[in-house]
Amino acid sequence: MAPEEIANILKDKFGNKITGSNFETAHPHVLVEAKSWLEVARFLKEDPGLTFNLLRSISAVDMLEDDELIAVYDLCACRPGDRETDMCAFDEFCVKVKVPRNNPHIPSVANIWSAADWHEREAYDLMGIVFDEHPDSVMGVEGRHPRRILCPDDWDGYPLRKDYRFPMEYHGIPAVTEYEQTRPVH
Amino acid sequence: MKTDAVDIVLESQPDINVELNGSQIQHDLPTEEMLVNMGPQHPATHGVLRIVLRTDGEMVLEAVPHIGYLHRCAEKIGETVAPYQYIPYTDRMDYLAGMNNNLGFALAVEKLTGLEQEISKRATYIRIIFAELNRIASHLVAFGTYGLDIGAITPFLYAFREREYILDLFESACGARLTYSYITIGGVTDDLPDKFVEICSEFLDYFEPKVKEYNNLLSHNHIFVKRTADIGVITGEEALDYGLTGPVLRGSGVRWDLRKVRPHCSYDEFEFDVPVGQGLKGTVGDCWDRYIVRIQEMEQSVKIIRQALEKLRGTEGQDVLHKKGKTIKLPDDDIYFEIENPRGQLGFYVQGNGAAIPARVKARGPSFCNLCVTDKVCRDVLLADVAAIIGSLDVVMGEVDR
Repeated sequence: MAPEEIANILKDKFGNKITGSNFETAHPHVLVEAKSWLEVARFLKEDPGLTFNLLRSISAVDMLEDDELIAVYDLCACRPGDRETDMCAFDEFCVKVKVPRNNPHIPSVANIWSAADWHEREAYDLMGIVFDEHPDSVMGVEGRHPRRILCPDDWDGYPLRKDYRFPMEYHGIPAVTEYEQTRPVH
Repeated sequence: MKTDAVDIVLESQPDINVELNGSQIQHDLPTEEMLVNMGPQHPATHGVLRIVLRTDGEMVLEAVPHIGYLHRCAEKIGETVAPYQYIPYTDRMDYLAGMNNNLGFALAVEKLTGLEQEISKRATYIRIIFAELNRIASHLVAFGTYGLDIGAITPFLYAFREREYILDLFESACGARLTYSYITIGGVTDDLPDKFVEICSEFLDYFEPKVKEYNNLLSHNHIFVKRTADIGVITGEEALDYGLTGPVLRGSGVRWDLRKVRPHCSYDEFEFDVPVGQGLKGTVGDCWDRYIVRIQEMEQSVKIIRQALEKLRGTEGQDVLHKKGKTIKLPDDDIYFEIENPRGQLGFYVQGNGAAIPARVKARGPSFCNLCVTDKVCRDVLLADVAAIIGSLDVVMGEVDR
C-alpha cells in the first residue's frame, strides 16, 4: 500500500488531527498532533486493513531554529507467510509528532507496541521528550518522566539537543579536558 | 557367622527427567527474596550488561537489565563529521559485524543523496560477499560463546578456528581484522586482492562440511538440548510486539527476512532459503530454535557467497568506488533505512540540512531492541537459565549502548 493511500485512510478517519503530510521526499510521512497520537497509533495497529504491528524505531530530532522537537515513528506491517514464496513486500509508514521545545509532552505508546518502551526511554534520555503515562517512569523535578536508559539517573540535561553544554565535571570527575575548554568552536 | 552377600536392588530407577517448571517445584524450605547483581563484569553477559535479578532460592522472579556502560555518544559524533568520516564509528557499534554496519550506514546515505543508482555492479557484489562472510563470522562467535555460556568450552575453539580464515580474507582485502571501514559511501574502498576469488572458494569448500561437525558437537548434544529446549519461549506475536528482529524473530517461527521482503543491494538476484524455528527439540521460539536458526543461516550465507563469486566474473575493471562518495552533500531531507544485520534489522535515520555534515544521525541497533525482551522472558525461570536466555539473544553491548 502506498503511503498516500494510508494517509488518506487516516485523514478520512481523523480529519484535522492529521496536521500535514509530505510524500515528495525520501521518507514519506504524515504529521499527527501530539494529543491525538495515542488514538491514531491504536488505529494504525489494530485496523485490519493496516496492521502496523512492528514499531521499528523512534528517532528524536531537535529543530532548534523552529523551536520544536520531533519524534519520528517508523512503523512496518509484518505479515509473514508460511512458505518462502508467501513473503511479500511490506508496508512501511512514518509518523512525525512535533512538540514545542519548552514543553515536550507526547503520550506514550508503550501499551500499544511494547517495543516503544526502550525507544521512548532513549528519546527522553538523549533529547528530553517526556512520554506521558510511560510504564517505567520516575518522579522528577518537573513531574513524571521515563527512566533514563543510557546516561546515569542523575545526569543533567539532554545530550543530543543542539544547545547542550557538556558538563565540566561529574561527581568530582573532570569531564572536559583543558584542550576542549580552550579549542575554537566551529 | 556367615553372612550372605546382599544384592542391592533398586526397585525403581530414580527419575532423572524431573520437570523443573516453576509450578511443580515444592517449596518445603522457607526462602526469602534476594536481589542479585548479575554483571556488569559477568562473563555470561557478553560485555558490560548488568541485570538485577530478584530471586527466591533458585527461581528468578524478575530481571531488570541496566545498560549504558559502553555509551560513547556515537549519535552526537555523527552530527559533527561528514558521512564518509562516520563510517569508522559504525564499525565500533556492532564490532562483530563491522562490514554489515558499514553497509547499513552507506546505503542509508546513498539512498538519501540519490547515489544509490550509480554504484557499480562489481561494488554491489563485493559488498554482498563481505556482508555474508561477516554474517558467518558473527554467527560463529554467537555459536562459540553460546556454548561457553552453557558450559561447553570446546565449540568455542572450533568456531574461532574457522573465523580465523574469514578474518584473514578480510585482512587481505582491507588490512583490518575487526574494524574494517571497507564498505563505504560510494562502494568499497579498494578492489579485491589477487586470487581472492580462489581463496574464498577454497574456504567455502572447507567450511561447508564443518557445519555438520558443529551439529554433532553441540546442536544435538543431549546436555545442550536439555539446557536450551523449552527454555525462554518467545511466541511470534510477542516477538513482533517487542520489536525483535533477525534470528530471534525467525527463531519464533516468523518467516521474515529483509533480504527477501525488501531486498537491498540486489539480494533479489540470489537464491537462498530463510530458516525459521520449528520447535524440533521443544516449543517453537525456545532458546534452541534461536540457536539453530543461526547455524542454518551460515549454510545459506555460503550459498549466497558462491553465487556472488560466480556473478563477479565479467565485472572486472568496473570502478568499485564512486568519486562523489567523499564530497557528498546531504539534501534538506531525511531518511530511515534498514538492512538485515546478523543480529536483526539495523536501521539508520539520517537527516541532512544542505550541508556536508548531517543534522542528525540515529542508529537503531538490533541488539538494543532484542535485549528489551529480557524482562519479559526472564520471569519465573531458574537462575541458570538466565545465562542461556541472554546468550540465545546474542547481544553485542557496543551496539546496545552506542
